[in-house]
Amino acid sequence: MAAGAQEVVDDQLVVNGEIPIVTEAPAPDYASALGTIRSGWTFRSEDTQMMQADDFDNPGMLGVEAARAAFNSEMGTGGESCASCHDDPESLSTVRGTYPKWDEEHGTVQTVEMQVQECQTERMGMEEPYGYNSTDMINMVALLSSVARGTPVNVAIDGPAEATWKQGEEMYYTRYGQLELSCANCHEDNYDNMIRADHLSQGQINAFPAYRLKDAALVSVQNRFRGCIRDTMGETFAVGSPEFVALELYVASRGNGLSVEGPSVRN
Amino acid sequence: GTTFATATAFAETAPKDVAFDEYGEVAESLTGTAGDPESGAALMDRGKGNCIACHQVSDLSELPFQGDIGPSLDGAAGRWSEAQLRGIVVNAKNTFPDTMMPSFYHTGPYIRPGDGFTGKAPEGELPPILTAQAVEDVVAYLMTLTDEQN
Ligand code: HEC
Ligand code: HEC
Ligand code: HEC
Repeated sequence: MAAGAQEVVDDQLVVNGEIPIVTEAPAPDYASALGTIRSGWTFRSEDTQMMQADDFDNPGMLGVEAARAAFNSEMGTGGESCASCHDDPESLSTVRGTYPKWDEEHGTVQTVEMQVQECQTERMGMEEPYGYNSTDMINMVALLSSVARGTPVNVAIDGPAEATWKQGEEMYYTRYGQLELSCANCHEDNYDNMIRADHLSQGQINAFPAYRLKDAALVSVQNRFRGCIRDTMGETFAVGSPEFVALELYVASRGNGLSVEGPSVRN
Repeated sequence: GTTFATATAFAETAPKDVAFDEYGEVAESLTGTAGDPESGAALMDRGKGNCIACHQVSDLSELPFQGDIGPSLDGAAGRWSEAQLRGIVVNAKNTFPDTMMPSFYHTGPYIRPGDGFTGKAPEGELPPILTAQAVEDVVAYLMTLTDEQN
């Protein structure tokens, strides 16, 4: 219904006047129904768009600053900080665009959150790593996103990740809940249309974590998924569940070619 | 109140017993009680039918933020008979295969149904989204939409 009919936003997102962000790109083959993939940024009002163009105006950057301090703080039993092994967050700038990613050692697809938990439990001796959806974790992911801004989303979907990707694809087209709505009903068939007061985007995740003005907080990818399934009058999956990891890989791949953009600002 | 609902319940057609013809029409009233267009109009809003999440209705222009997922319902009564409209509201998937429009007088089976908008699993069996009389009220309201306004 919406394909081809969208108004083209001609203004470009350049963060801090120096990091150009690709907000529109040709759709990968497996998402050809979209024609052009578009960041959620292109669907937002000009005021909201502007807030993301300058770090001083982006409230999500407060979380990034908190995580930068945490990155350099000792945690766990070995007296180490993230910086003990990773120098600075900038050294991890290839992470955000390539995750979720197959982890050979654990034989599973890992999200950024799972990778951070892995370092905390297996390398830093933390019995209680950051909770998957905790503020500390969301801030850390925001930090890893911020240092990756402008790099391409480029998740691998073949090889050992393929089965997980396929699971995510199937979920994307499943009509959940009493309203029987799939992700595709809203974000593939109807992007650019209005559902009540909401201007539907393509539901891309290149821009996560997102600072939601409505919640006055940074929101993780999977928490957004949870909200969308709840809105189908459905029983959601848990944040951090294997199902949501699979869905995250699939949805991330639909944005292959956009830039990493988080932390973003959304209404 | 509840007493009233229980007293009328036995006369209603249950969701599983609704008879559709081959085009998805439902000829018989679900309750035998004429629908009230005024309550029907109220049901078009948020939290009930929430029809205007997806449809524009010029007659309800005082309700802000009408969606445009489905066609405008202006003039619906000119395009469809009462039986057709009842069929569409009860379970639009019989009229429009694979449509995105939810089935309002239906009890599944669903994939991962939730307890309303809580995101949690329901405790018991789920009632249909609209009661039988609410469907009749909505249909009665749709039957007043005779004008093509835009
Ligand atoms: C004792 C050393 C050590 C500490 C401390 C440590 N890490 Fe790691 N980290 C590693 C090693 C080794 C790898 C590579 C492991 C792998 O590829 O699975 C890694 C991988 C990563 C990756 C993925 C890198 C990639 O290119 O895929 C991220 C992200 C990461 N760590 C974040 C953190 C954060 C955040 C902290 C602090 C909370 C932390 N690490 C603490 C050793 C450490
Ligand atoms: C009933 C409609 C509906 C369904 C079904 C739905 N969403 Fe959404 N979603 C929305 C609305 C409304 C928004 C907020 C506006 C926007 O960005 O589209 C949103 C936003 C999002 C966003 C944030 C995009 C951004 O850039 O900020 C993501 C990601 C998302 N949805 C993913 C999904 C996934 C994955 C599914 C399926 C599990 C799904 N949605 C199902 C309505 C829906
Ligand atoms: C989530 C979206 C959605 C909701 C909510 C919704 N509809 Fe629809 N409706 C549609 C779509 C899409 C169509 C077009 C049918 C198709 O798929 O071809 C439609 C078609 C219709 C039609 C036929 C339109 C015409 O005039 O040709 C009627 C009548 C209708 N809907 C009434 C309602 C009523 C009454 C409600 C609320 C009780 C409602 N709808 C709720 C999406 C929706």
